[in-house]
Amino acid sequence: MVEWTEFERATIQDIFSKMDYESVGHNALTRCLVVYPWTQRYFGNFGNLYNAAAIMGNPLVAAHGTVVLHGLDKAVKNMDNIKATYAELSVLHSEKLHVDPDNFRLLADCLTIVVAARLGSGFTPDVQAAFQKFLAVVISALTKQYH
Amino acid sequence: MSLTAKDMSVVKALWGKISSKVDEIGAEALGRMLVVYPQTKTYFSHWADLSPGSAQVKKHGKTIMGAVSDAVSKIDDLPSALSQLSELHASKLRVDPANFKILAHNIIVVTAMLFPADFTPEVHVSLDKFLQNLAWCLAERYR
Repeated sequence: MVEWTEFERATIQDIFSKMDYESVGHNALTRCLVVYPWTQRYFGNFGNLYNAAAIMGNPLVAAHGTVVLHGLDKAVKNMDNIKATYAELSVLHSEKLHVDPDNFRLLADCLTIVVAARLGSGFTPDVQAAFQKFLAVVISALTKQYH
Repeated sequence: MSLTAKDMSVVKALWGKISSKVDEIGAEALGRMLVVYPQTKTYFSHWADLSPGSAQVKKHGKTIMGAVSDAVSKIDDLPSALSQLSELHASKLRVDPANFKILAHNIIVVTAMLFPADFTPEVHVSLDKFLQNLAWCLAERYR
């Protein structure tokens, strides 16, 4: 069972309650596809991903970014039971989507950077630690059903 | 994933924009690393104060970024630019190279925080590649 401090809980709730899911999701996914281009392998049917501008302007990328962020919402609302909450999603990513779990870390890093850029000085070291811990727990849960 | 001419010019251009804050980035990145990745504190057991903003952290962050800035100026030949530092890290400091990635991540986070408009995805990928190459050269003499 993951132990969360009051600070960590409050921080995660605070960040997500104020977050523009569409914008952050879009930017984080775009950044991931640009900075780690091999992640594009999972989006063969998204059309034009030829360069950064094309990726940024691609409506399918924008829409999917939002889907991913709303998926994170489940964890935000069930912080004491993320593992069980994500069991189905884990099976989906493993059996159907065949996503290499290392990619979760890459997207998580991009999300951290986008949130850091938005919050500026509000993204203190302690806030970063809480945010990254949250994402690490999510990644662990998402990887759980892989075999 | 070697640096293209474009990567080199993007990194140099970025450095032009951030040079006034390079010391601050170094101090902030190092301080952050010690908080967010507590296992990295094992390398600094000889310091009195490991909290972000402490004098030792600030000084050392400045030292590190000074070396990174120097590497930017010699970006055409990173292996020779870093050979002495590689020797130091291999024989004396013996920092596990996995930690270079951790510090690189924190340098990137702080750069994004301080320069959100300039740190576009294209700039991000070039900086990420540069720091990766730098880390590779730093570990060159390890074995």
